[in-house]
Amino acid sequence: MKYPYFPGCTLYTKAKKLDDAGRECSRRLGFELDELPDWTCCGATFPLVNDYHIAMSGPTRILADTKDQGGNKLVTLCSVCFNVLKRTNHVMRTDEERRAKITDFIERDYHGETEVMHYLQVLRDDIGFDQLKEKVVKPLEGLKVACYYGCLLLRPVKEIGLDVMENPTIFEDFVRALGAEPVEFPFKIECCGAFQTVHSMEVATRCSRDILNSAKNNGADVVITTCPLCQFNLDDRQPEIQKSDANFTTIPVVYFTQLLALALGISPADLGFERNLVDPLPVLQAKGAISD
Amino acid sequence: MKTVVSRDQVQGDFVKKVAEISGENFFNCYQCGNCSAGCPSVNEMDLLPSQVVRYLQLGLAEEVRNCKSMWVCAACMMCQARCPKGVDISKIMEALRVLQLREVDAKAHIDVTDFSEDYLERAPQIAMISGYRKFLPL
Repeated sequence: MKYPYFPGCTLYTKAKKLDDAGRECSRRLGFELDELPDWTCCGATFPLVNDYHIAMSGPTRILADTKDQGGNKLVTLCSVCFNVLKRTNHVMRTDEERRAKITDFIERDYHGETEVMHYLQVLRDDIGFDQLKEKVVKPLEGLKVACYYGCLLLRPVKEIGLDVMENPTIFEDFVRALGAEPVEFPFKIECCGAFQTVHSMEVATRCSRDILNSAKNNGADVVITTCPLCQFNLDDRQPEIQKSDANFTTIPVVYFTQLLALALGISPADLGFERNLVDPLPVLQAKGAISD
Repeated sequence: MKTVVSRDQVQGDFVKKVAEISGENFFNCYQCGNCSAGCPSVNEMDLLPSQVVRYLQLGLAEEVRNCKSMWVCAACMMCQARCPKGVDISKIMEALRVLQLREVDAKAHIDVTDFSEDYLERAPQIAMISGYRKFLPL
């Protein structure tokens, strides 16, 4: 199977490990991520006011390009890209007036034909978690994983449709397929502070602290995420949290594709763990997810 | 706080504009407070999300325009997800911020030179791009 793939700007640089591991795992699982040629940034925000359309021109062009390539599904790894493309596509499908305005502006014929999918959906719906389990060569037994969804992978549920709102399970099912143990923690769908990290950093610090404490108090060894912004906030805010709370103990935050890669037998040396502020290697070694 | 509510105020231009560009009907809200209970930024807010909606219902334009809440909203949409009446407060917060940036305070509210080299080296592009898109006039 071959899927048109939209990596997005961050996955080419700061979150390259999310991308590299995702691509390598797809090869091992028998599907191909076929990168769109000449793609542009998705804009990283979906406009929430009705009179601002220009922010949708970029994502619409990406969606129309996918259609013109002959692909009907467009796969993303980044939660932000997923959210922006999916919501823009929803406008293209349901709002005739705004669609006309945007497609006229970019001079393309597009009516929402592309289906935007997250990589996790490919694993669940097209590959199947049972099949994934069979391909696991190194089950991550004994590793307790906090599956952090955040906002953009889920909300708004009516438009995104990845899973249910209050207690989604796609991420936990994924972790179980890898042989690891998901831990329930009440902050799994809470926000990390998102872009407030560059405006009101205290929001991101406090939100991250609450999420991480909730994960640790429920026994997690590691937190996984799909989003480079969540990964950044949750990982990079930890020294700041320690300054105000001496009892705070750190916990590593990794991408879900990095965990997937370990379970599929890819060497940890190829997974870019050195970019993490809180080193995941000690706990992964202690739990046997990485052999010495 | 003693508040005088007048018809002119409730039907004022500012309130109408917020309703128009957010696409939300404030009068659907019956003040249950679910939005405020679930909001992750509420510690940093001066008006709770439910209070912002209440003030808009009453047409208290000045109070809403000067609130800090719109600037610390992370647009996580938890309020929208938990509202039993389907009001999307993240859209209302964005509308308030956008109007402020367009009409009152048309300047960048973040400055890239405020960040250290080290921070910029680590921060993902999506943080800077979405930050600039939310806090610059558009």
